[in-house]
Amino acid sequence: MIQHPGILALLVASGIVSLLLAAAGWQGFRILLGWDLHSGSEVQLDLERRTYLVSTLVANALLIQILSLFLFIFTAEGLHNQFVGAMCAAGSLAVNAYGYPTLLMKVATCLLAGVWLVLHRADTQGYDYPLIRPKYLLLLVLVPLVLTETWLQLSYLTGLKADVMTSCCGSLFGQGRQGFAAELAGLPPRLMQPVFGGTFAALLGAGFLLLRFRRGAGLFSALSLAFLLVAVASLISFFCLYIYELPTHHCPFCLLQREYGFVGYPLYATLLGGAIAGLGIGALTFFRDRESLTAVLPTLQARLAWTTLILAALFTFIVGVWMALSPLRL
Amino acid sequence: MRPPLQRYRNILDFALSSLLRRKGRNLALISVYTLVVFVIASLVFFVQALKREAHELLAQAPDMVVQRMVAGRHDPVPLAQVEAIRNIRGVDEVQARLWGYYYDPVFGGNLTVLATEDAALAPDAIWIGQGVARSMRVKEGDLIPLRGYDGQSNLFSIQKVLPESSELVSSDLVLMAPKDVRALFHFPEGLATDLAIQAGNPRELPTIAAKIVELYPDSRPILKTEILRTYEAVFDWRGGLMVVVLGSAVLSFIIFAWDKATGLSAEERKEIGVLKSLGWESSDVLLLKFWEGTVISVTAFLTGVLLAYAHVFFFSASLFEHALKGWSVLFPRFRLIPALDGYQLTVLFFLTVLPYTAATLVPSWRAATVDPDAAMRS
Repeated sequence: MIQHPGILALLVASGIVSLLLAAAGWQGFRILLGWDLHSGSEVQLDLERRTYLVSTLVANALLIQILSLFLFIFTAEGLHNQFVGAMCAAGSLAVNAYGYPTLLMKVATCLLAGVWLVLHRADTQGYDYPLIRPKYLLLLVLVPLVLTETWLQLSYLTGLKADVMTSCCGSLFGQGRQGFAAELAGLPPRLMQPVFGGTFAALLGAGFLLLRFRRGAGLFSALSLAFLLVAVASLISFFCLYIYELPTHHCPFCLLQREYGFVGYPLYATLLGGAIAGLGIGALTFFRDRESLTAVLPTLQARLAWTTLILAALFTFIVGVWMALSPLRL
Repeated sequence: MRPPLQRYRNILDFALSSLLRRKGRNLALISVYTLVVFVIASLVFFVQALKREAHELLAQAPDMVVQRMVAGRHDPVPLAQVEAIRNIRGVDEVQARLWGYYYDPVFGGNLTVLATEDAALAPDAIWIGQGVARSMRVKEGDLIPLRGYDGQSNLFSIQKVLPESSELVSSDLVLMAPKDVRALFHFPEGLATDLAIQAGNPRELPTIAAKIVELYPDSRPILKTEILRTYEAVFDWRGGLMVVVLGSAVLSFIIFAWDKATGLSAEERKEIGVLKSLGWESSDVLLLKFWEGTVISVTAFLTGVLLAYAHVFFFSASLFEHALKGWSVLFPRFRLIPALDGYQLTVLFFLTVLPYTAATLVPSWRAATVDPDAAMRS
C-alpha cells in the first residue's frame, strides 16, 4: 500500500460509512422486527425514537459516500505518476482488478442511499410511518453493498504498488481495443449524438406527461436512469472530445482536472443528482396507494421531477456551451 | 424570507446563542479541535509543498542519466560512450558530466563539486552556492583552500556566489573548470562521472534506455520520471507515516469529543426538555445539534488551516522540518512556495471533521430524544 494522506482519508471515510450504516442497519433490523404502530408499549416508543437515529446515520453516511466518490477519483488521479504507463485516474484504477469495481460500487451505493433518503422524506410526511417496512428493507440491502464496497476499496488501495506497468488512458480508452471501457469509446459519435438527443427529449416528454397529467412516473424514472447511462456513454464517446479538443482522447476522468476548468464536477454532480431524484420518483410510485401519502406524494414527485429535469437540462447546457465554444469540429 | 429558510435561520441563531452560553466548555473543545486540525494540516501542506518543490527542481534535470556499474557500484563512464549513445535515434543531446563530492573537514559538510565549461569562469577561480558561502563564512573575492587527493591544499579564488533564487539546487555546489576537478580528485582523463541525455520525445525514453542497456550491459539508465516517482513515493510515505502516528492524537480527540457530547449537563437536559415541551420536535433538536456541531467544526477547521498555512509557508514548518525534509550540515535555506488546493483541504476535512461528526451523531440523537417530562423532572 502507498502511505498517501489521501488514501488514509479514504480508508477513514469508508470505515466511518461502514460503521454508521452497519449501526443503522442493526437498528433498522430491530425496527422491522418489533414495529407495531398500534401498540403504545415502551418498546414501540423506543423504536419510534430510533427511527431518528437511523435517518441521521444514513443521511450522514450518504453525504460522506458522495464526497468520498470524488475523493476516490481524485486520489486515483493524483497517484497516476507513481505507476509507469498511467497518465490519469483511468490508468491508476486499472492497476489492479479492484479499481473499477470499487468505482462502480461507489456510484451504485450513492444512488441507492439517495433513493433511501427520498423514501425517508416521504415517510416523514405521512402521519403513520407509511413506508417504514420498505424503507428498512432497502436499508438492509444497502448495508451489505456498502460493506462490499469498503472491502473492494480496501483491496484496491492495499494492492497498490508503485511502478506496476499499467495501461494509460490513451491506450485504455483508445480506439480498436477490447474491454468494457474501450467499447464506450468505440461508440461512434454519429450514433451517440442522436441517442443522447433522443433520450433527453424523451426525458423532457415524460417529465411533461408526469407534471401535467400525473402519469408515467415509472417511465420517467426509467428514462432518468437511461439518461445517466447514455450521458456517461456520450461523455466518453464525443462530449469529452470537444472538452479536450482532441479527437482521440476519451478519458472520463481528465474532465476533473484543473486544465479543463474542473468541468467534470458539475457534470457528474448533475448526473448523479438527477438520477437519484428520478429513481426516487420510481420508488415512490410503488406506494402511491398508501392512504396517508395520497395527499403529499404528487407534490413530492413533482418536485423531484423538476429536480431531475433541471439537472438534466443543466448538464446538456454545460456540455452544449463547451461544444459550441470548442475549436474542435468532428 | 421563505418559512423553511426562516426555520433554519432561527435554529442556527439559537445554536449560536446556546454555544455562547457555554463558552468555557466549547472553547476548550474548539481549541483541542483546532490543534488537531493544525498539526495534520501543517503536515499535509508541507508534504505537498515539498513535492511541488521537487517537481520544479527536477523540471530542469536531464531526461535521463546513464551511469556505469562495476561490481554493483557506480563507476566512471568512458567518454567513448558519448558518441555511440548520441547515434541512437531519438537522442537529442548527450553531455558527459564530471562531478564529485568533497568532504570539508573544517565545517564537517559535503560539497558537490561540478565541472563547468562556462566561459565566464576565470582560471583557478570557482563559483560557490549560498550554503557554502554561509558555512565557510566567505564572500566574493576571498580565497579558499581545498585539500586535493594527495593531501596538498589547492587555493581557489571565489569569483561568484550563486544567486539565492537557485539555492534549493545550488546550496552546496562548487563549480570549477574540468581540469581543476580532475586535478583535485585525480580523476583519470577520458572518463566522466555520468552521462546526461536529452531526448526530443519523452515517450521514446524507455526505448532509448533499452537500447543503451543493449549497447552497454554494464550501464544503468535512470529516467527523470523514475526519480520523480521515487520522490513522490518518499514524501507520501513520510507524510502518511506521520498521519498514522498522529492517528492516535485524532483518536484521543474523538474520545474527548464523544465524552463532551455524551455528558449532557443537568442544565442542558433541562433546556432540551423545555424546548420539547414548548413544541420543538426531536428533528428540530437534532437540527440544533447539527448546527452546533457545524459551527464548532467550521471554526476549528478554518482556524487550524490558517494557522497551519502560516506555520508552513511563513515559518517553514519549523515544528516538523527535520522529520520530513531530511537533515544535512549544508541544507539549503528556502521558503516554500504557498500552494493550497481543494484536494488537500478535502483530505484534511476527511481526516478531522468526519471522525468528529461521526462521534457526535449518537450523543446528539440521545440528547434530542429525551422525554421532556423526565428531563425537566431530573
